[in-house]
Amino acid sequence: MRDWDGAEMLTQPRMAVENLRIGRNGSTLLDVPYLALGGPGPTLILGPNGAGKSLLLRCMHGLIPPDGGTVWQDGALLGEDQRARQAMVFQTPVLLRRSVAANLDFVFRRQGIRWRSRKARIAALLDEGGLSGKQRQAARSLSGGEAQRLAILRALACNPEILFLDEPTSALDPAATQAVEALILRASARGTRIVMVTHDVGQARRLGHDIVLMQAGKVAEHAQAADFFAAPRTAAGRAYLSGALVI
Amino acid sequence: MQGFSEEFRTAFGLIVTGDPGLWDIVLLSLKVSLLAVLIAACIGMPIGAALAVSRFPGRRFVIILLNALMGLPPVVVGLLVYLMLSRSGPLGVLQLLYTPAAMIIAQVLLVIPIIAALTRQTVESLDAEYTEQLRSLGVSRLASIPVLLWDGRLALLTALLAGFGRAIAEVGAVIVVGGNINHVTRVMTTTIALETSKGNLALALALGAILVGIAFLVTALVSMIGISREREVLYHA
Amino acid sequence: MKKRWLLAAAVALGCAVGAGQIQAKDGFIVVQSTTSTQNSGLLDAILPSFEAATGIEVRVVAVGTGQAIRNAMNGDGDVLLVHAKSAEEAFVVEGWGVARLDVMYNDFVLIGPDADPAGIGGGNDIVAALYLVAATQAPFASRGDDSGTHKAELRYWMSAGIDVSEASGSWYRETGAGMGATLNIAAGMGAYALTDRATWIAHGNKDGMRVLVEGDRRLFNQYGIILVNPARHAHVKADAGQQFIDWLTGAEGQSAIAGYRLNGQQLFFPNAGH
Repeated sequence: MRDWDGAEMLTQPRMAVENLRIGRNGSTLLDVPYLALGGPGPTLILGPNGAGKSLLLRCMHGLIPPDGGTVWQDGALLGEDQRARQAMVFQTPVLLRRSVAANLDFVFRRQGIRWRSRKARIAALLDEGGLSGKQRQAARSLSGGEAQRLAILRALACNPEILFLDEPTSALDPAATQAVEALILRASARGTRIVMVTHDVGQARRLGHDIVLMQAGKVAEHAQAADFFAAPRTAAGRAYLSGALVI
Repeated sequence: MQGFSEEFRTAFGLIVTGDPGLWDIVLLSLKVSLLAVLIAACIGMPIGAALAVSRFPGRRFVIILLNALMGLPPVVVGLLVYLMLSRSGPLGVLQLLYTPAAMIIAQVLLVIPIIAALTRQTVESLDAEYTEQLRSLGVSRLASIPVLLWDGRLALLTALLAGFGRAIAEVGAVIVVGGNINHVTRVMTTTIALETSKGNLALALALGAILVGIAFLVTALVSMIGISREREVLYHA
Repeated sequence: MKKRWLLAAAVALGCAVGAGQIQAKDGFIVVQSTTSTQNSGLLDAILPSFEAATGIEVRVVAVGTGQAIRNAMNGDGDVLLVHAKSAEEAFVVEGWGVARLDVMYNDFVLIGPDADPAGIGGGNDIVAALYLVAATQAPFASRGDDSGTHKAELRYWMSAGIDVSEASGSWYRETGAGMGATLNIAAGMGAYALTDRATWIAHGNKDGMRVLVEGDRRLFNQYGIILVNPARHAHVKADAGQQFIDWLTGAEGQSAIAGYRLNGQQLFFPNAGH
């Protein structure tokens, strides 16, 4: 299986998109002939505003139907079964107007888990996210960082094989960002495939195993992180890393 | 108005001494209206929520119709219910005319549009906020209804109070279907109407003050539940 | 969460059924009557004796005569007690009622403002008085609701040769309301009005108004009682209804009517069987 520039990638990608197209009012918002994701570590998607990063994420998660093209997961077309094995964290967390514990309980109940088991799992998750002791607190009264951690915990409660994150730390201070990144890395280490959009090149360096650079709706470059940051192969990549405005 | 202060003293004297006649009327008013709101909520809330999350041709028209029904004239509803429940009417065999049940039915019909329309509004704006996240979590449109209803519970509480206000203040419909029969279907509003027609205006006014006071008490009690919950649900900046 | 909703719905249903059950007892009759018998306090005063003697609860629906007759035609009452003799007789002739009996009478009076713009105070000729009211175009509040009082009023206008429908909206104001409400409106606009004496005496809002014309033999106001025909409506409680009629037209009921006073005045005069 060949990647966009002919370089050898994976024999069995977790996610792949083919001829994905979205256009609105005559302009092309997304145009990806081929992209395959599934390396052992997190995939970070970089690019300027309007490059189509969030759109690509939402297409892969099945939230937005593309005008053309297909999305594959583990070799099968994206359907409800596949989506059930995914989860997503949004830029601004949308927490239910209930307690912290109830937000997690909501997910566990839908999985049909019994009461005692749910309590134990909620406690374990909150512990991992550093939110123990806030079980009864109203979720909407959490700080920005805490809320995002809860959103991630809730996504993890769904037991996803693939976790999408759309700029989860863009509104957070460094301490909160660090806590969130730690959570993401732990999930990745346990085997959850991470696909994350970010604005922050530093974050991409910290977390990324492979980098996807997007520009004007197209994939400009897709490479291993080490290679990308050391020496980007494309002019777009070089321009982006040097800090120039990519128009 | 003659004997104004005297009548007021009489009326408030009735409350203080716990006059059984007056308390029977008050209790019947509360029983009828509270039951009516409860039943209307069980019917109206699911309708409003379903309307909010569904998309079908003509949806806009149904929403406009629902909003318009909030202005249904009570006396018209009373007449329609009377025609249904009359012995010569289709539901005459149920023998519901001139009973509290008939009054509850009339008030339910009046309150359902209010609760349904306000529920639709609340759920629709919540839906806009939640829809992506719920879809991401794999919640179907149908399954999202109870989630949205519970999360919108504070605004829906206000809808219930609006419905209660309409029910407890209602006189046109209940007087037609209830008959204002002493000890059977006489409630606060119909008593006030009767006293007014007897020319006992000050007494009617005093009873009106009592009615407002009771409605205020019920509203305050329910709102306090809402306010204490609201303190938990603060939005972070 | 779902269980809570189910529970609440079950409770609501249970309450509704319970509310219906409370009223399901059969020991009652429904009497369709007029606002004058209600507002004067007569029924509240004499019914308890009947209920104590027979154990039958009497539920009175007090509306305008026209509505009472219509309700009885629909079968929504067991007994009809109104004061519009020709309408009552038509009711029986058309088969809606079994038979009509006299019960009691009082009289109509013409009330009006102390200022008395038409100058009819102290008179005892109702037709002449109304003629003057029309001539001076003084405000007049009419029931306008097809009630017994309204029908009587229209008879007097006809005797005076006046067509009030032309004047409707100017000095002739049709309230379309019950007697008490019409009296309130008359007091509010300083208008003349025809009322039965009982309602007037019992009325609490008499400021600036008094009886101006009374005593005319034509002002006689007869009340009649009719059992709704069980042949037309099978569910009518004919036995209990007849018991009530017998009681009201019998010695006990008649003396109860005579014994009812308000402000020291007798409001209704029994005349059953005369």
